[in-house]
Amino acid sequence: MDFSIASILALDGVTNGAVYALLATATVLLFAVTRVIFIPQGEFVAYGALTLAVLQTGQVPGTVWLLLIMAAVAAVVEAVDGLRQRRPVGLVAKGAVLTLAVPLVIATVAMVAAPMNLPLVVQALLTLAIVTPLGGLTYRLAYESLADATVLVLLIVSVGVHFALTGVGLLFFGAEGYRNPSFWDERFNAGPLMLTGQTVIIFLASAALIVLLWLFFERSLYGKALRATAVNRLGARLMGISTVQAGRLSFTMAAFIGALSGLLIGPTTTVFYDSGFLIGLKGFVAAVFGGLASYPMALVGALGVGLLESFGSFWASSFKEVIVFTSILPVLLWRSLRDPHTEED
Amino acid sequence: MAARTRWFLFFATLLALLPALPVPEFWITQLNYIGLYATVSLGLVLLTGVAGLTSFGQAAFVGVGAYTAAFLSVNYQISPWLTVFIGLAITVAVALVLAAVTLKMSGHYLPLATMAWGLSLYYTMSNMDWLGKYDGILGVPAMTLFGLSLASGRSYFYLIWVVALLAAVGVVHLLDSRTGRAIRALKGGVTMAEAMGISTYRYKVLVFVLAAMLASISGWLFAHFQRTVNPSPFALGKGIEYLFMAVLGGVGNVWGAFTGAALVKVIEEQLQDWLPRLFGASGNYETIVFGVVLVIVLKYAPEGLWPHVEKLFARFLPSRQRVRDWADAAPLPERSKPQRGELLLDVDRVRKQFGGLVAVNDVSFQIRTGDIVGLIGPNGAGKSTTFNLVSGVLSKTSGRVRFRGEDVSALSSREIARRGLSRTFQHVKMLPDMTVLENVALGGYLRSSAGTVQAMLRLDRAEERQLLREAERQLVRIGMQDQMHELAGNLALGPARMMEIARALCTDPALLLLDEPAAGLRHKEKQALATVLRQLKGEGMSLLLVEHDMDFVMNLTDRIVVMEFGTKLIEGTPAEVQASPVVRAAYLGTEH
Repeated sequence: MDFSIASILALDGVTNGAVYALLATATVLLFAVTRVIFIPQGEFVAYGALTLAVLQTGQVPGTVWLLLIMAAVAAVVEAVDGLRQRRPVGLVAKGAVLTLAVPLVIATVAMVAAPMNLPLVVQALLTLAIVTPLGGLTYRLAYESLADATVLVLLIVSVGVHFALTGVGLLFFGAEGYRNPSFWDERFNAGPLMLTGQTVIIFLASAALIVLLWLFFERSLYGKALRATAVNRLGARLMGISTVQAGRLSFTMAAFIGALSGLLIGPTTTVFYDSGFLIGLKGFVAAVFGGLASYPMALVGALGVGLLESFGSFWASSFKEVIVFTSILPVLLWRSLRDPHTEED
Repeated sequence: MAARTRWFLFFATLLALLPALPVPEFWITQLNYIGLYATVSLGLVLLTGVAGLTSFGQAAFVGVGAYTAAFLSVNYQISPWLTVFIGLAITVAVALVLAAVTLKMSGHYLPLATMAWGLSLYYTMSNMDWLGKYDGILGVPAMTLFGLSLASGRSYFYLIWVVALLAAVGVVHLLDSRTGRAIRALKGGVTMAEAMGISTYRYKVLVFVLAAMLASISGWLFAHFQRTVNPSPFALGKGIEYLFMAVLGGVGNVWGAFTGAALVKVIEEQLQDWLPRLFGASGNYETIVFGVVLVIVLKYAPEGLWPHVEKLFARFLPSRQRVRDWADAAPLPERSKPQRGELLLDVDRVRKQFGGLVAVNDVSFQIRTGDIVGLIGPNGAGKSTTFNLVSGVLSKTSGRVRFRGEDVSALSSREIARRGLSRTFQHVKMLPDMTVLENVALGGYLRSSAGTVQAMLRLDRAEERQLLREAERQLVRIGMQDQMHELAGNLALGPARMMEIARALCTDPALLLLDEPAAGLRHKEKQALATVLRQLKGEGMSLLLVEHDMDFVMNLTDRIVVMEFGTKLIEGTPAEVQASPVVRAAYLGTEH
């Protein structure tokens, strides 16, 4: 391997690492706030890429139907719960309408806009609008009533959700893969390196999102409320922070991050209905590097995973997944030696 | 014979007759798969339901067993009766590595590691030339047993079900034993188990390895049943499906594994038939149903279906009452006790700092054999922290603790327990779904030695009787023999505290540490407790107790250590302490 190949591989690794960094951030966020180890994070990535791909063909993507179904189920479940607790009928109805309103508006817009062949950027925004609310709805349907269960139970729920969302992906998008058009076709040459416009967008978008997240957690009241919930759920609740709202908000953010990652990688690789799982898990390996707790360490881990993957595929292409996922073992060993405390559940 | 044993024998006989009856081949095949799956889920019952850990990598362990069997029998014509052990050896090695890197950390790292391991193994199998890549290994020979061919599904049925039922019986036996109680204690948190002398890490590793071994055996059977292996049945998705079977059937119960395996296999078949027709395209749509059902089960029936089956047949399945067969068992060995008046515990300037906060500030005191010493002080004085420092639950910032002349400052709570110091907890720590007797028997852990294999083969019964006899003796001592067979979770707070004392006594301690034993007890119960403690003192036992009830402390103790703000205020007889103006100031404040 000479320098030029190494630099190409490094660029490739850092590009993928930037996307893994986003997913790792979402994983750490969810675990801190809700104690959910969110295995299906990758499904939102696939949903993001595939929703845009279907919009490109001028059709209404299946995720719109999923959005409507999930909102309807959530509204019914909540209405039944409300009536059981003998809340006033008016209040229950209002809650149901609120649950349904946003998804209905988004779905209507999507159905009207789908055949209009709108510019790529508008379709991308529409994709974000469709996929992002799925996060909050997933939390409401699968996790909310189990919020006080053990980490283990929440983890098993996560694999259930992963199974369901992957199957739904197959149902709505089929087994075929899609590759999205690039957002920016410009190419830049720097020595042996060729930087595509899409690579630049990936870097800029990842950096921007990480800065935004940092500002959100440091400067905004909502961000501080989420951090408080992460430190101590009971304490946060006593301070008037709704842990339910914190959970919904963090899941919505996770879905947004997932969908955005899907848009970013869509033009660089062919995405299938089940591609998200492996991508999401690589974000996971990165998050484990930070002990599922530290954002900066998760970023370092993400770059590490990206580089390992690109160099791994150069040396032993068919074993690149084996290399990436086996690398979690030394990481765990290192963490275990560094911080061997078994915490009491 | 117990009703449950009769039912088991009835079903076993029924299964034995099935292949001889004109049952269609399809159902025999289904039952074969159910037996294979149940063997794997059984491991998950042990791991997830009993020990509170979990794994998504069981399918990968099945793969190790299957590929080892296939590779060795096809390429080297090695007998299956040998390959099973080679497969197990590889499985154990992998499981030990995974356990070693994850089990010292919190519980969610093990499932994450097994997930990574499942993916790695899948891609390895799919890309290795010598493992046949995605095509796998074809032409695995049929098994023979004493010259009998097991090539047909009907004959192989016997092998699968003998293995599955033996494994189930082994696990049932294991759970009702010394090792089993130690495994069940894992779910109740590590502090109590360690205080009883149980190495929680060792038992976590043990359970994970056992579960992996069951999966590996299932894989070995699978290879010679299908006669071909390829990577797809060992993918991560299948690993999740095994967990689904265990959760659906009832993750806390051995027979839940069988219920879950049967349900999933039968339903999967139907869904794979119907869903593609419904959706008009082929694909694994059953995962949608499985995923949704898994979430619903965890929400509305977290204990799975088996307990409901049991309830339905409650008339025919009376709950298992332990037969009292230990009356004539030999007593357990006792440690040599220190002489009355001998220096027993020497706490020398122990200190605990949490960052800048000094919780315990160079506290020293001594206990002589036969004394009852009280540790009192206002809330937040550092009494419980001092307790935890002495018993090794917390590490000391500085200072020494000598117990029976030996420096135990650096030892873990488990090692200190081994030397004859036992304790109870301020917040009762017990295993609510074990009976009072079993909870107390946990205390006898260090005085017995039967291991896993002995327990599975029921070779531990003599010792088990000794243990239960000792547990009952301690319950009689504190007047709780009538509640012996009650589930500990049904006890009120007072009796639960008493049970903790019995458990601590069951360890045959030289020094007993009681953390607020009278809290939550009614007046009569307190009097009874005081009588028990005086009686213990009369027998030569030494006690250190933290307590808030002044009447209780003053009437019972020989000496009292008073703490305030982490520092020892004074030490003296109850009369001296009552007369002390400093103590009054600490509790009531001073007049200005």
